[in-house]
Amino acid sequence: MVNLIAKSPLWGQAPLVSAGVTLAEVDLGQVTSIAPFDMAVPGFPAPNTVVADGAARLVWTGRGQAFLIGGPVGDWAEVAAVTDQSDGWAGLSLLGAGAVDVLARLVPVDLRRLAVGDCARTQLGHMAVIVIAVAGGFELLVFRSMAQTAWHELATVIKMRGARLAC
Amino acid sequence: MRITCPLCGPRDRREFYYYGSEDYLTQPALGDFDAIDAHLHLRDNLAGEVRDLWYHEMGCAAWLLVTRNTVTHKISDVVQVAGGGVGILAKMKPEEGAL
Repeated sequence: MVNLIAKSPLWGQAPLVSAGVTLAEVDLGQVTSIAPFDMAVPGFPAPNTVVADGAARLVWTGRGQAFLIGGPVGDWAEVAAVTDQSDGWAGLSLLGAGAVDVLARLVPVDLRRLAVGDCARTQLGHMAVIVIAVAGGFELLVFRSMAQTAWHELATVIKMRGARLAC
Repeated sequence: MRITCPLCGPRDRREFYYYGSEDYLTQPALGDFDAIDAHLHLRDNLAGEVRDLWYHEMGCAAWLLVTRNTVTHKISDVVQVAGGGVGILAKMKPEEGAL
């Protein structure tokens, strides 16, 4: 059997570092959509929050839906509709003191209010995005088909911000 | 313009898709052609409070029933359509003179 090489959405893309902001691709690992049959099921995250369990994170992504990132499905299949999303999403990390300023140019949400453990489903330009606040910045989930576009949008903003700070 | 989603909190209007009057929530009986005609085509054009359906398209994908004043554009309540959800009136800050 031939071993195929799994390529990430932004395969070969080097991180972008500019004016205290670092943009890089993140390997999300396994991503699973969890849609409980009864929304009152224990362990399901409250709106706009993340429930962390070791390396696995359960991220609220909409009404009656959360993404289980980086962990096994476990017992969720008994109480929820479970679908594998691993190949459908691209992960980006935007870290550094200026990350919030960069993202604020593209996302119509008050990002200063997001603390670590918060998330928001909103838009990046015209793209659907899931914003997860992490220590030192944000993780962004976009549709895999939009990975290059998201990178381009963010890289443009990072460069423009760097230029503005330099002059 | 902002709409305070009962799930997501205050969000920009661009995240929402406007559907139409709350009349769309009540379907007329099959075979009642006058009622179907009215359901599809006849709307009041109120200067004042209207209740409309909005969809949080770029957010949590919830259907919302938004009470909005067409004269002042003030939004006085937003509730989830599903399960007769609780309104956000209690959560909303009184914004004096704000649109």
